[in-house]
Amino acid sequence: MRWFEARGWRPRTHQLALLEKAQAGRSLLLVAPTGAGKTLAGFLPTLVEMAEPSRPAPLRGGEGGRLHTLYISPLKALAVDIARNLKAPISEMGLPIRVETRTGDTPAHKRARQIERPPDILLTTPEQLALLLAHREARELFSGLRRVILDELHSLVTSKRGDLLALGLARLHRLAPSLTAIGLSATVREPDDLRRFLVPQRPPALSERENVAAERPDEGRALSGVGASLARSARPRRPLPLGEARGLADLVVVEGGARPDIRMLEIGAPLPMAGHTAGHSMAAIYDLIRAHKTTLVFVNTRMQAEFVFRALWDINDDGLAIALHHGSLDVAQRRRVEEAMAEGKLRAVVCTSTLDLGIDWGDVDLVVNVGAPKGASRIMQRIGRSNHRMDEPSKAYLVPANRFEILECRAALDAVHEAAQDTPDARRGALDVLCQHILGMACAEPFSADELFAEVRSAAPYGWLTRDDFDDALRFVATGGYALRSYERFAKIKQGSDGLWRVRDARVAQQYRLNVGTIVEADMIKVRLARTVRARPGAVIARGGKVLGEVEEYFAETLTVGDTFAFAGEVLRFEGIHDDEVLVTRTSAGTEPKIPAYEGGKFPLSTFLADRVRGILADPFEWERLPPQLVDLLLWQRRRSVLPGRRDLLVETFPRANRHFLVAYPFEGRLAHQTLGMLLTRRLERARLKPSGFVANDYGLAVWGSGDIAARAGRDPGFIDRLFSEDMLGDDLEDWLAESALMKRTFRQCAIIAGLIERRFPGQEKTRRQVTMSTDLVYDVLRKHEPRHVLLRAARADAATGLLDVRRLGMMLSRIQGRIVHKALDRVSPLGVSMILEIGRERVQGEGADEVLAEAEAALMQEAMG
Amino acid sequence: MTALPKLRTALAEIEIAGLAAALDLSGALYLPDEDALVVADLHFEKGSAYARRGSLLPPYDTRETIGTLASAIERFRPGLVIALGDSFHDIGGPERLGEGEREAIAILQAGRDWIWVRGNHDHALPPAIGGEVARELAIGDVVLRHEPAAAPARDIAGHLHPVGKVAMRGRSVRRRCFVTDGERCLLPAFGAYAGGLNACDPAIRGLFPRGFIAHLIGDHRLFAIGHAMLRGD
Repeated sequence: MRWFEARGWRPRTHQLALLEKAQAGRSLLLVAPTGAGKTLAGFLPTLVEMAEPSRPAPLRGGEGGRLHTLYISPLKALAVDIARNLKAPISEMGLPIRVETRTGDTPAHKRARQIERPPDILLTTPEQLALLLAHREARELFSGLRRVILDELHSLVTSKRGDLLALGLARLHRLAPSLTAIGLSATVREPDDLRRFLVPQRPPALSERENVAAERPDEGRALSGVGASLARSARPRRPLPLGEARGLADLVVVEGGARPDIRMLEIGAPLPMAGHTAGHSMAAIYDLIRAHKTTLVFVNTRMQAEFVFRALWDINDDGLAIALHHGSLDVAQRRRVEEAMAEGKLRAVVCTSTLDLGIDWGDVDLVVNVGAPKGASRIMQRIGRSNHRMDEPSKAYLVPANRFEILECRAALDAVHEAAQDTPDARRGALDVLCQHILGMACAEPFSADELFAEVRSAAPYGWLTRDDFDDALRFVATGGYALRSYERFAKIKQGSDGLWRVRDARVAQQYRLNVGTIVEADMIKVRLARTVRARPGAVIARGGKVLGEVEEYFAETLTVGDTFAFAGEVLRFEGIHDDEVLVTRTSAGTEPKIPAYEGGKFPLSTFLADRVRGILADPFEWERLPPQLVDLLLWQRRRSVLPGRRDLLVETFPRANRHFLVAYPFEGRLAHQTLGMLLTRRLERARLKPSGFVANDYGLAVWGSGDIAARAGRDPGFIDRLFSEDMLGDDLEDWLAESALMKRTFRQCAIIAGLIERRFPGQEKTRRQVTMSTDLVYDVLRKHEPRHVLLRAARADAATGLLDVRRLGMMLSRIQGRIVHKALDRVSPLGVSMILEIGRERVQGEGADEVLAEAEAALMQEAMG
Repeated sequence: MTALPKLRTALAEIEIAGLAAALDLSGALYLPDEDALVVADLHFEKGSAYARRGSLLPPYDTRETIGTLASAIERFRPGLVIALGDSFHDIGGPERLGEGEREAIAILQAGRDWIWVRGNHDHALPPAIGGEVARELAIGDVVLRHEPAAAPARDIAGHLHPVGKVAMRGRSVRRRCFVTDGERCLLPAFGAYAGGLNACDPAIRGLFPRGFIAHLIGDHRLFAIGHAMLRGD
């Protein structure tokens, strides 16, 4: 404290409150807006404790000290950055404290030394924690641990990484009984979810019935003795402080600084009806950049980032230093941008969510968000990137890219004004992550199934876990968990005569270490500039140009030679794939990219904002807060069709260009709409209405085909209601899941995380397509023979919230029952125009594989006839 | 040319060096003149081969493959079944075969001739597996073997697991396929866990210097697609 005082630094109230609670041995959650000095506050108790003279002198050169504090961050770069920031005060204070980082980049000898002679403070990531906990020395290493600090907790808990972290934390609490946890988080909707995450939970005991079920003799046999030791008493628990007895860490909240100065950018010209590039607003954005010191321009997708960056450079008459930053750019290029940013050399960075988190990017004084905000909390965190001092207001502009997005921006502004949050609900821990963890625990030391089960359930995301689910996961880890019990001799973990489970051999442990973690990258493929352009027509292009970055493999798969697309700030021509690389050439200036989009921004509109948007649409009194161009549109819509009530679903049908269209506006986000589109197409197919495709965006979807849907609805008044009835989530969903590429991709991720198949590594690229292929084949076979297998259950749970967003679709279908407003129109409505315009912009879906093949076959016939 | 039996499934009828053949949706090839059903690369017990190395894949691949084969046999009721090599994923495969699968194979073999052509994965087969074992077979000019000979050759072979990929308007479809130029024919892999090699790969393209037609296995029928329409991976 003296050191701080000497520098004229006065601890803030929340920092003192945190210190006091931590010194009283409490776990706690610190919720603060960005710029409040969260991370330093988290370390304060540790620094104070270690500076106390009563602390026994560390044993140097001998056996080494004890690990005192563990810091875990979602970003490797953040851990490294914090280490740097910590070392300065520590050395200036002359404290004998060793601070080290441990990441994937830490050399092997240093890792080994860190276990032999641990530092006082270790900064690391959730994956590295899992590896450390699976180490044979884990118990020794962590038994004296006093504190764990979890940074950016709000972002960690929304994914499987959070599940893995929760399981690791449960183990830490068990290894180090006097451990306390400090969580650091941005403002969230439900802080209690995070407070539970930090301390061991005592979920309601399993009911008698469940226990009996697990002990039934027949089950006992099937579990190969898992249930046998069930009678043994649960481990004794340490007495808990009062707050923790309720399963909640203490809460310290920093009230949210100055109110952000945020507004919608008005350009005085009409916005287009659709599109996401905000081309009309570039001049205005450029003026803003010119008028500020440093501007962060956030966009939602990489495609948008590419477009905005190019558009700004086209009008960059002052030659301002404007850079581009997104996840598919080459790492070295990203690092250069980050450094230039930190040094204050840049006037603006156009970026995707890659800059949402973490590191302080210097003096940003303006945030511009181009396109739909998608969520209230999300937009607030982005705005928080400006003015990293909490006493000054953050300044931000929202830039709608089309007229629809004005609605969403309006709803987001209202939400920010009310400080309303829409962070997602607490997750249910995933089964595939549990499988990975069980194997890790067996690598560390022999375990008793009962004790591990109790430990896992003490992790907040796994309070729901039943003994049956746990035993399924355990059996999966051991022998694959198949009803056909043919893999006993290949078991990875085995139960000894002492009832404890052990890993089979060092090779299995090695396999675990190589597969640890929950992040399964999409298959990426390098984009390389070809050096020489065709010397003669059809000549092979020489390679050897520089690598520009990576695109998803499934995007590359859809390209045909000659296609052009925007990437890395330029428009490139696809020349082919050679040796697992996309070869491209530069196009001449002014070329318009032919391929409209490639995925890369997958945040759907939040339920909360969607509801507000429907609210604004439904209530004409709200319209006075909207710009006239949008009000005109809504008035036209009311005249030509209808504006739906807040809870209604508007369905319009109309003929257009010899086809029959159905357009619906559920406002439930693109993912749920895509799933809905697939299911509607199947139903229309069955009704012999010959659907031929659909497009979906965040607000709605358009389906078309050769059958007259309106005529059918006219003859059969219940038709539209039945089309949208909830039972589509039954058999139709089942049928579709059987063949859905999205579901197969989801399954593949679960299979990798659970350790069914091995992760691939650089150098193994040659074999990777065979791996991709075989998980699809495994999915088909498993689905047919063991539909209740734990991995399929894990994949289904993911489908509910992930790429298929089935849960949200289900909620929508139940909301609209009896509230469907069908309008049969003679032409497209004003709202419908924006959906129709997505055709050509968005990928058209809904065609079966056979239709695609038939078209290719027809080409052969033409060739033969021609 | 013998008339094909009336079949419910969509078939593609082709000629291989003058020999009539029907391509089945299952990936099997039927030779009506010989009343022979030909399948390639069954890769029985691939799952358990992986399990031995630590990837505990679902152990249902063999019964799944046998099931598909059984329904193809049910459709054609051939007098002779020819498995064109790599019928087992590895040498230990026949030994790991479950009792049920062993019986199912015996039932399929009953009342008909059965020839296992040797492949590179299963160059030795125990007699207990039934049927005869051969290195290769000849029907007139056409040789049936596991690994296709260098071009030019008249053969029916497997080994390469051909798949064809088609991309149209932002969608791509990748399916197992037969590959033929009228003189020779490559069969798709029949096994449930057998992956695939793109037909544009030089290893396959090189076998057809005059180009080829790939018969891709769709959901409900086969599609004949010219090599120019196919895409690499």
